[in-house]
Amino acid sequence: MALRHVDFDTFSFKSVMAVLSAIAIVLLIAPSLIVVIVSFTSAYSLRFPPPGFSFRWYVALSQDWQLQFAAWNSVKVALAATILSVVLGVGAALAIARSRSLAGKIADQLFMSPLVLPALAFGLASLMFFSVLGVPVSLTTLIIGHTVVIVPYVIRNTVAALTQLNTALLESSASLGASRFYTFRKITLPLIRPGILSGGFICFMSSFDNVPVSLFLRDAATDMLPIRMWQNLEGNLDVTIAAVSGVLIAFTIALMLLMERLTGFSRRLA
Amino acid sequence: MADTAAGRDVTIYPLRLSAPLFAFFLVFFAAPLLILLWMSFQADPAMTHAGLNQYAAFLGDRFSLSVLAATLWLGVEVTAICLLLGYPLAWLYTRSPPWARTAIMLIVLLPLLTSVVVRTFAWIVILGRQGIVNETLLALGFIQTPLKLLYTEGGMAVAIAQVQMPLMVLPLITAITRIEPNLLDASFALGGGHWRVFRKVLLPLSLPGILAGCMLTYAAAITAFISQSLIGGGQKLFMPMYIYQQASSLQNWPFASAISIIFLAAVLVVVWIFNQLGRLSRGMAEA
Repeated sequence: MALRHVDFDTFSFKSVMAVLSAIAIVLLIAPSLIVVIVSFTSAYSLRFPPPGFSFRWYVALSQDWQLQFAAWNSVKVALAATILSVVLGVGAALAIARSRSLAGKIADQLFMSPLVLPALAFGLASLMFFSVLGVPVSLTTLIIGHTVVIVPYVIRNTVAALTQLNTALLESSASLGASRFYTFRKITLPLIRPGILSGGFICFMSSFDNVPVSLFLRDAATDMLPIRMWQNLEGNLDVTIAAVSGVLIAFTIALMLLMERLTGFSRRLA
Repeated sequence: MADTAAGRDVTIYPLRLSAPLFAFFLVFFAAPLLILLWMSFQADPAMTHAGLNQYAAFLGDRFSLSVLAATLWLGVEVTAICLLLGYPLAWLYTRSPPWARTAIMLIVLLPLLTSVVVRTFAWIVILGRQGIVNETLLALGFIQTPLKLLYTEGGMAVAIAQVQMPLMVLPLITAITRIEPNLLDASFALGGGHWRVFRKVLLPLSLPGILAGCMLTYAAAITAFISQSLIGGGQKLFMPMYIYQQASSLQNWPFASAISIIFLAAVLVVVWIFNQLGRLSRGMAEA
């Protein structure tokens, strides 16, 4: 191969790509890192770098019952909505995964539509729906609203797992005389379980983080963590929120690594 | 007949397995949206009679139209930033060894899974008067007084772009990974330079991923309520906050519903455009 001492084309292309992706990586990591650092500040402001180190804002968090109450509600709603989504979503995913019928395609479009529609409009619509019916907002209405907007994630991940499933396994199981349900329990389910698990995990995280639906379906008695944090930040920049953020980031990383071990999560999404 | 045929094929599950979710969606998704539509045709907040007053009020009002335009434009800015930075990152992923791939993937996924309020809060720390950008510029002597970065449109676009970046990178990674590596090798062997191969081969073949990523990022950016309200700081109004203010503070449900319907329609038009472009691009990629 000819040795060109200045290959401007290769050099310029690779350096532009390298610089842009380096910016992207810094941009993706830096914010979380900065929040964690600032949460250990000894100051009353969000000055960066912090003037000193302390645990005072974590101590303040441990005494902030409003935030804890909201966090607990968020966990309850996220768990219930995730379970409901998995139960309803896996059935739907089985039905539409290999369906070539028009009804299957329409159902698919319908179930996926909450992903692109502005969730805030749906939140408002839900509030009006429940108030027309005379149903007061509660944790139950929150669970219902969250389920609508998170169920697409479990469907998408389960469908992806189903399309990778080797159908010959199902056919041989049937030809050996196994019933459909037995084949499902013994073959299909174990093989698609990682897909269901990672879908459920994304459901949980996005329900826990939901703002647009909670904004309308929550009240003082059913406060949700993201809304409480937002309202605290709107008032005055409260450093306790840095401590909440530190705790949430730690939990997210721990859960993510756990899911990576259990399901090979990172390969599943690309 | 169809029933027995479906019953024989053990790889296809009956459609009725989706019936519970279908019923759930009819009651708790379709019905609320119909009520939203019905509410938007009420002439006044007391709901005395029907009429197109709310739509006339929105479309005849310069301020309301400017809010809609600002929101749609914000989506364009954010999507452009995400594409500019996300594409190189996705490209880097496909050229990395397995350990680096896992690392990049986890770096991309972490913000996606971290609470949106936390990510937005991080930008308040970064862009604030005593934030890292201002402190660095002051220390280097580039500026004498802190710059106003928070509550500006540029700061907000960058912050929302960071928050939504994973939505752009994930489909891009999928699309670029699918491109036959031999095709690129052949292009290089035939004497194509890097930029030329990028423009003529890589970019057109990854177009479906680009469009999918742009659509997800755009839809997420224009509805990013938290980031818009905290980093925008109420300096400029965007559609989500407009809806929230009308519905919650002013209790004007008919007008809030009409804004929601107009916003929904705008999003649907954007989705439709992207789908059409996607169809065209797949045709191009296969040709």
